[in-house]
Amino acid sequence: MPTERVTNIVVAGIGGQGVLRATDIIAQAAFLTGYDVKKTEVHGMSQRGGSVVSDVRFGDCVLSPMVPDGEADFLVVLEPTQAEANRHRLKPGGVIVGCDGIDAASLPNPRTLNVALLGLFSRHLDLPVEAWHEALRICFPPHLYSINIKAFELGRQTDGKAPDVNE
Amino acid sequence: MTRENKRLLSGNEAIAYAALAAGVHLGTGYPGTPSTEILETFGAIGGKAQWAPNEKVALEVAIGVAYGNGRALVTMKHVGLNVAADPLFSVAYTGVSGALVLAVADDPGMASSQNEQDTRRYAVAAGVPVLEPSDSQEAYDLFFRAVDLSERFGTPIILRLTTRVSHSKGIVKLNDVVPVARAPHFERNTQGRVLIPAYARPAHRRLRHRLSQIAEWNETSELNPIWEGGDDLGIIASGVAALHAREAVPGSRLLKLGMSYPFPVRRVREFVASVKRCVVIEEGDPVIQELCLSHRLPVEGKPDEERFGELNVSRVRRMINGDHAPRTAPPPGRPPQLCPGCPHRTVFEALHDLDCIVAGDIGCYTLGVLPPFEAMDSCTCMGASIGVGLGLRHVLPLDEARRVVSVIGDSTFVHSGLTGIVEMMYNPPPTGHVVLILDNRTTAMTGLQDHPATGRTLKGEPTHQLSLEDVCRAIGVDDVTVFESQPGQKDHFRELLRAKLAQEKPCVLIVRRECLLAARRRKQASQTVEQEGVTCQPSE
Repeated sequence: MPTERVTNIVVAGIGGQGVLRATDIIAQAAFLTGYDVKKTEVHGMSQRGGSVVSDVRFGDCVLSPMVPDGEADFLVVLEPTQAEANRHRLKPGGVIVGCDGIDAASLPNPRTLNVALLGLFSRHLDLPVEAWHEALRICFPPHLYSINIKAFELGRQTDGKAPDVNE
Repeated sequence: MTRENKRLLSGNEAIAYAALAAGVHLGTGYPGTPSTEILETFGAIGGKAQWAPNEKVALEVAIGVAYGNGRALVTMKHVGLNVAADPLFSVAYTGVSGALVLAVADDPGMASSQNEQDTRRYAVAAGVPVLEPSDSQEAYDLFFRAVDLSERFGTPIILRLTTRVSHSKGIVKLNDVVPVARAPHFERNTQGRVLIPAYARPAHRRLRHRLSQIAEWNETSELNPIWEGGDDLGIIASGVAALHAREAVPGSRLLKLGMSYPFPVRRVREFVASVKRCVVIEEGDPVIQELCLSHRLPVEGKPDEERFGELNVSRVRRMINGDHAPRTAPPPGRPPQLCPGCPHRTVFEALHDLDCIVAGDIGCYTLGVLPPFEAMDSCTCMGASIGVGLGLRHVLPLDEARRVVSVIGDSTFVHSGLTGIVEMMYNPPPTGHVVLILDNRTTAMTGLQDHPATGRTLKGEPTHQLSLEDVCRAIGVDDVTVFESQPGQKDHFRELLRAKLAQEKPCVLIVRRECLLAARRRKQASQTVEQEGVTCQPSE
């Protein structure tokens, strides 16, 4: 089955938090590492401050762009209220990664929380750090690159609390 | 960065890249989720891209390009094709000498639409071939195929997209080979292009003949591959549904219809005969299912309850297993809302306070229906606010008629509000009428696109600016008032609206203040900061 070796990630938050940018970066990092990648989300109404959810899948061969319910390996949550709303996406034993533990006061800019969370999350994935850095370079204009690298590294070096495992 | 000429692109972006490589002379359309980014990207990477006032005009401009032996791309969402349906049916008769490709994006599940109509119905009704890409790579590849077929058979082609094709990103290998560019030029073809009845009758026969030729070509084309698997179960699928199905039942044989119309009936018949059980999996209406059944092919389709919303792997799995038990809905997400500080808020507070009967329209301001405003009573289609409001004024008892207000945005007004104003002056209701144009200087809902009344083109360059007040006056509205909205003017605006309602004559009240997101984007434009789609910052 071609999808046996696919990593399934769901990122959830609310409009304006950078959910879509976050999944762009994950997808780009996986692409640069050499995986087949698909990512998907719903634009439009949902972004007027409403819930935003975006899926990324990477592996040897990705078919559907959508992570089936109950098959996500990871649920990455930028806004705590969105964890419950999306828990049904996780597979048994899937991991919730939230912003707890990230020292918001140390962020170079509050809007880089999404990238700091990616830094924290990146330790769960077997993608080389060079791919993450290159993905950040591609996904941000040059004048925002350095603060986002700082935010990413801050997250990557954070001792996240024990991950929340879906039973 | 590209890896071996590969890029990570959305389906919409992939079409833009293909259009540029295929030598498209002009791309035009009207913004509409999920189609909008096609033209934005086409313009950004160097294509000649422009927004039209509405989809009908866009298609007509594109037809002109294709009559002139050029290559044209026209983009819209599914409901946009309703607006453009009139020229579509006629250009199917006339055919084209250049290339005419309509990229039309359906929104199953209605993430940002008023219905979930299926564009393939138009393909069948008008007699226009339809291609159904399943992901970004296919969107890219099928665009070239669409240009080729359009020129080879002299037909318009519909590229039917769905939300998950338009807005999903995947890896796309870009072409090195660029098709030979055509030099636009005019060839007179009076009998082919002038649809007076005497010329239209043979044109209809030519259309049916052309479709039978394309159907014959489609029987053996590589657009409809069979993905091998066991013969216990066969799947016929199209678009992204084919990928869901392959993932749901990877061991089954699958016929993927890349061109579902004209229907390759022999190929489908052979496939159906090669498997013990055959199920059709398609997103939207049961179009392929009905085509199969009309040819007496023994296939299973989806039950009515599976007709709603988007498909996904789990749903497809249940459909194949015949599990039709009702599902528990996932927990609701946080609903969208008007941004804090949005100038529309002032208007909806007043409409609420005055207990108006509000004929609404399509845009951000449709969110005025939700709490805390709850100040919208209808939203039908683009431009309908004015006609619906007039109809209510004509028929309601006077005490109710006097409270009716039409509310329409600036871009929607340009799209299809003008004729409503003509109607208001031609057949004025006894109590007059009040039309509110909420002019936030942008097409906000779809992501801040310019339009004729912003005075800027798709590429942000200055152009003639349509004056909303002047055009209303020119139509004959004596009372046109422009209210330059500022924060804290809630009471002032409410009293102005109360006065307009009391006048009992046709009037237009333009409430003008730039969308906060558009203003921010303009300020940031010089920094070339790319925002992430359209996002607002609830905390700001």
